[in-house]
Amino acid sequence: MFIDSSESRDRFGFGFIFSSEWDPVKEEFGALPFIYGTILSSIIALIISLPVSIGVAVFLSEIVHKSVKTPVSFLIEILAAIPSIIYGFWGIYVLAPFMRTTVQPMLQSVFGFLPFFKGQMFGTGLLTASVILAIMITPIISSITRDILNAIPVSQREAAYALGATKWEAIKMALLNARSGILGGSVLGLGRAIGETMAVTMVIGNKAQIKASLFEPAYSMASVIANEFAEASGSMHISSLIEIGLILFGVTFVINSLARLLIYSVTRNAS
Amino acid sequence: MEIQETEDIVTEDTDETDKISGRESKTAIQTKKLSVYFNDRPAIEDISLKIKRNTVTAIIGPSGCGKSTFLRSLNLMHDMTPKARVYGEILIQNEDITEFNAVDVRKKVGMVFQKPNPFPTMTIYENAVSGLKLNGKTKKSELDEIAEKNLKYAGLWEEVKDRLKTPAMSLSGGQQQRLCIARTIAVRPDIILMDEPTSALDPISTSKIEELIYNFKNHYTIVIVTHNMQQAARISDLTAFFYLGKLIEYSKTRRMFTNPKEKLTEAYVTGKFG
Amino acid sequence: MKQNTLKLSKPVNLTRRKVTNSVMISLCVIAGVITILPLLYIFFYTTKSGISSLNPDFFTQLPKPVGETGGGMANAITGSLILIGIGGLIGIPVGVLSGIYISEYSGNITSTVVKFITDILSGVPSIVIGIFAYGIIVLPMQRFSALAGGFALGILMIPTVTKVTEEMLRLIPQSLREASLALGVSRWKTTLRIVLTTASSGIVTGILLATARAAGETAPLLFTSFGNSFWQTNIDEPMAALPLQIFAYAISPYEDWHRQAWAGAFVLIFLVFTVNLLVRYVTRKKY
Repeated sequence: MFIDSSESRDRFGFGFIFSSEWDPVKEEFGALPFIYGTILSSIIALIISLPVSIGVAVFLSEIVHKSVKTPVSFLIEILAAIPSIIYGFWGIYVLAPFMRTTVQPMLQSVFGFLPFFKGQMFGTGLLTASVILAIMITPIISSITRDILNAIPVSQREAAYALGATKWEAIKMALLNARSGILGGSVLGLGRAIGETMAVTMVIGNKAQIKASLFEPAYSMASVIANEFAEASGSMHISSLIEIGLILFGVTFVINSLARLLIYSVTRNAS
Repeated sequence: MEIQETEDIVTEDTDETDKISGRESKTAIQTKKLSVYFNDRPAIEDISLKIKRNTVTAIIGPSGCGKSTFLRSLNLMHDMTPKARVYGEILIQNEDITEFNAVDVRKKVGMVFQKPNPFPTMTIYENAVSGLKLNGKTKKSELDEIAEKNLKYAGLWEEVKDRLKTPAMSLSGGQQQRLCIARTIAVRPDIILMDEPTSALDPISTSKIEELIYNFKNHYTIVIVTHNMQQAARISDLTAFFYLGKLIEYSKTRRMFTNPKEKLTEAYVTGKFG
Repeated sequence: MKQNTLKLSKPVNLTRRKVTNSVMISLCVIAGVITILPLLYIFFYTTKSGISSLNPDFFTQLPKPVGETGGGMANAITGSLILIGIGGLIGIPVGVLSGIYISEYSGNITSTVVKFITDILSGVPSIVIGIFAYGIIVLPMQRFSALAGGFALGILMIPTVTKVTEEMLRLIPQSLREASLALGVSRWKTTLRIVLTTASSGIVTGILLATARAAGETAPLLFTSFGNSFWQTNIDEPMAALPLQIFAYAISPYEDWHRQAWAGAFVLIFLVFTVNLLVRYVTRKKY
């Protein structure tokens, strides 16, 4: 990949990352809108997903009876296994209209004074992509959080109860203890969101622009590769796309290594 | 020193006479300054002893004294543990087995484990001949004969002859252990190491296995680790007492339990600690 | 005589703490519901939209040109099977072998490195793996091909298969390995004939999981296998695949194609669901 992207690297250098020009006809290529779209959609996804994931993990490991736990964990496992093309498909025809008619007007009416929620509502766009991504990474983060919570010995929880803690206070203590593991799980989920292709491609709007409003269409690194690679118009175009792939690989590599190290260190301490 | 103490009982002929006469030595196993370290911490240190052919030697001692570690070094089982290091010599028929291929050594030195561990995917029959089959022997008539012979020898034949093709896991614990013994002797070892073979079994199964051990003496050299002193007294000819990784005393079993030389041994065999 | 009395003083803020407790617990329950909701929605929506368009034609007919209704995805289903077959030929042996290596020969540097590489590989976006396959196979051969697509799927399968193999082998008690070694059986024979055989049902279910996942992968096929609307079984040529066809149909403006895409989506979800259920059943029975 490094070799195959040499043409674009030679031509654009580091400016590639900071230029927001993307014009296959003029052979001007800059990756900034894609990097922006990828990072922002993934981070919003994480912000939506993290509290829900922790909630689910607590729900499964601390609150419900085994007869509920088993089928619900199974369903969440399935959620992680559904092909992303199906998420995307569902995203276009169900989620996007729902966002356009319900969620986005609601957000606009409440937070409309903020630049993020201004402008026209298309349904597809950055926010919708984030929501889809949030649904997709929740199983990852929650299963890691749940594993860590399960690993905390019962005696520790009993100690908290014995000191007069309420159930939530005991759980909060367990969560605080598990924070680096949860962080590791979140980073892993972030890595997954950054690399996610099909679902994002189908709902993000695919427009190489940087706009403050989250309702606007955007583009992600993986999506532009998916959309343009097979029909790229020239070697410079291909080379630029491969360079984006390289950046994507670099980012996910760093993020995943970080997550693995975090999780390794937690599991080592536990054992 | 306890090593001198052992000399008079155990060494009746020396290595030199062996070489001249060409007879097999009466010493089955001899360890010289055997030490085993796990993660740089010693589990056993400087163990030197001789084990006589066709005897039952019991190794006793409190938990964590290194008796299993010692036993497992005799068939080079520590090769499997990356953090284990073994020093010293282990002589079997006057050859240092630490310089040999562990696979070849283990064919001559069989092992029976604490918990019965038949292969769960195999039938009773397949378990009985597993050692041979895994080592490439596949002639069916031969295997059938060997399976029958060894199951009979392990006292299991009458109980299983009608259901040889059923899974080994369907047997009771005691039967499984006897199956494991049959499996071990099918490889025709000279020496059988037993690591608390009855500790997971009920008294009736235990007595069956003790009987086997007693009968096996004519054909095999047996080294048995046990935490049950009555068992050691019942079945062994010689007993070694280990404490904190060291060999404290090694003598004839009767003497060990009636008139031990060391205070520590006396305290242990009379139940004052351990 | 002194009398012992237990005096309970009311802790400060007890009411507030109790309220916080109930609120947070309820939030956790809500989180559980929120997570399950989209799943059930996707599941029922796909079933509803898919099952009505599912007919024998879907499995036996080729796609019809635009404007004509009917037709099916026979070529895409066959294509997916071929692609998964190629992927399996690459992913399963490599994955199982590295799983064995990590589990049975753990402790040395190489095995830690292999483990780290598989962990990283599992995080590499599938589209990047597609580019990799493109660079290795499509560029030198100068055309899109099923071989390249299968290769990409194979690489994607490796980390899942490795992980499952490793986990299943670790479940095999050490005593079983020792039993075999004590019979004078060499280490690799012990691994192959005893450890692997005993763990086989678990490994097979893991392979099924990896396969089901690969079957739904779209991104790496976009510019490797590329897709094809005709009947084509030569692995040296572009080949259709079920998820590719769903993608193409889903973003098309034709109502009839959407229906077919939902049918395809239903087939995929059904596959994922069945395999996961099967895996649950098999693993629950044993451990």
